[in-house]
Amino acid sequence: MLKDEDRIFQNLYNDSGADIESAKLRNDWNGTKEILEKGREWIINEVKSSELRGRGGAGFPTGLKWSFAPKEVGSRPHYLVINADESEPGTCKDRDILRFEPHKLIEGCLIASYAVNAHKCYIYIRGEYFNEGQKLQTAIDEAYKNNLIGKNALNSGWDLDIYIHYGAGAYICGEETALLESLEGKKGQPRLKPPFPALIGLYGCPTIINNVETVAAVPTILRRGAKWFSSLGRAKNTGTKIYCISGNVNNPCNVEEEMGVSLKELIETHAGGVVGGWDNLKAVIPGGSSMPMLPKEICDNMKMDFDACVENKTGLGTAGIVVINNDQDIIKCMARIARFYKHESCGQCTPCREGSGWMWRMLERMAAGEATPDEVDMLFDVTKQIEGHTICAFGEGSSWPVQGLIRHFKDEILERNKFDPVVKKQKNIPYLVDQHLLEKENA
Amino acid sequence: MSVKKIHKEQPETFKFSDKSMEAANKIVSNYPNGKQQSAVMALLYIAQRQNDNWIPLQAMKYIAKFLDMPYIKVYEVATFYSMYNLSPVGKYFFQVCTTTPCMLRGAYDLVKVCKSKISEKENVLSEDGKISWMEVECLGACVNAPMMQVNEDYYEDLNGKKLEEIIETIYQNKIPKPGSYSGRINAEPVNNRKTLLGNKNA
Repeated sequence: MLKDEDRIFQNLYNDSGADIESAKLRNDWNGTKEILEKGREWIINEVKSSELRGRGGAGFPTGLKWSFAPKEVGSRPHYLVINADESEPGTCKDRDILRFEPHKLIEGCLIASYAVNAHKCYIYIRGEYFNEGQKLQTAIDEAYKNNLIGKNALNSGWDLDIYIHYGAGAYICGEETALLESLEGKKGQPRLKPPFPALIGLYGCPTIINNVETVAAVPTILRRGAKWFSSLGRAKNTGTKIYCISGNVNNPCNVEEEMGVSLKELIETHAGGVVGGWDNLKAVIPGGSSMPMLPKEICDNMKMDFDACVENKTGLGTAGIVVINNDQDIIKCMARIARFYKHESCGQCTPCREGSGWMWRMLERMAAGEATPDEVDMLFDVTKQIEGHTICAFGEGSSWPVQGLIRHFKDEILERNKFDPVVKKQKNIPYLVDQHLLEKENA
Repeated sequence: MSVKKIHKEQPETFKFSDKSMEAANKIVSNYPNGKQQSAVMALLYIAQRQNDNWIPLQAMKYIAKFLDMPYIKVYEVATFYSMYNLSPVGKYFFQVCTTTPCMLRGAYDLVKVCKSKISEKENVLSEDGKISWMEVECLGACVNAPMMQVNEDYYEDLNGKKLEEIIETIYQNKIPKPGSYSGRINAEPVNNRKTLLGNKNA
């Protein structure tokens, strides 16, 4: 288990309060000015050598992303945008950072905006997190009052303004270009990439978009050194991560642990074990609903980091672990996730808009045992026709979990769905379409 | 994309109150000159709050003029996002999360209680007109499942019985305490905390 002093988010459960005095006791805002004085190059290189990867799902190296911002500010200003539109089912880590560790986030915003030459920072919070947004606003006001941000922040000569922008209940706005559209006051429909937001983003200006957890981790990394951070976990999968363990466990919780911690340890030690014991485990969704589920055999020896998840044909995503035990109907669970995607598709690309509805309806029928055995392959085919044929990654997000279900639980679906259409029984009369009329009871 | 119905009876006019106007001007100043369109989402919220938690068409027209943008663009935004109510909802608006993590822990028990205690159908007002409810997608408090949102507050770690009590309290014109209903603090593991114990005991 990770030592307590190595945890970045010391106030994850709000033991000591989120206000600025308590935050300073936790070492926030300590030596921030000195960090800024070391210069952009140093900050970006330090983040690069810490091998911090984005915590929002895709796992893109943060230092590399920052280095994409143009070195000099041209005619267009730069923007920093923080993605706090946390809506992935199974994930609730950013919420706790927003309400209990807002100063880590604000300090991270100051450092990140300095590193990418931005004087304005927008924090896009999902609309449902209204109370969390208010808490963050209180912290921002405190920071302005203490000259930690604003004009000539910390007397470092750097100006930074932070604004909160509330979303309004659209999952797709967690996608970075949809988020920018939404921030510009339009429908949240993703843009084609390239051009990438680092060059043409908000209002057509260079924009760097980071997840809350990523930015909030940066000040601690720079204070304690990239070496400390990269000593945790393994190469390319360094540091700590907040895991959200929900579903059929005895004590669902958020917990910060080292990257590469074993899934069994997370569930058994921190979440009090699976309801009904480890042997009652059916499947685990390891990284929020858009990552394929894993059956028990793989979960036994699973390590939770980016690369280990990819080896098992899934992804770490946001590390929202949803545990499903044998008392649940796994097909019904997946059908509910498919309904979520059907509801949240933005409607821009046809394969996703139509396909997500198809997947939902087919899975509902499969859960009820009303599908034919052939339809399982047909469903797999539908997922393949969505994946890779859409503007944004929502297509993958909606089709991968269905593929995961078919990959690991195909036998169970076939077991339940033995329905045979009448058409098949009368194969010897190929020219009759209404073959069911030949059957005596229907005649 | 959510299916939304525009309310049949629309008010004739809509105007920001002084308080709303002040808030709206402050929001617009958050964005660069000429990019005031960015404020449309926040302004729709302001209109919704002013107008008993729903947005009439006149408010969209008013906001369109206010921000100097086409009415249809405001209409697009108001119909795209699910948190804008285009027809009246109860003074206490229950949103019950039923996405898989909540479903696994019994969210449909909450739906059953809502059906029997509030109204048989979603988006229909209760008999005294105070409460309406609907099923929503993930609200982002999965480790505190099953949960629901009433107006702006989260009610977490519920079950059928606890929800019945909450509804009874509201019928008696009291506002129940938001947060977790299992006696735990925020998102910590109940009776099983193994981390950051130094902070807890400090």
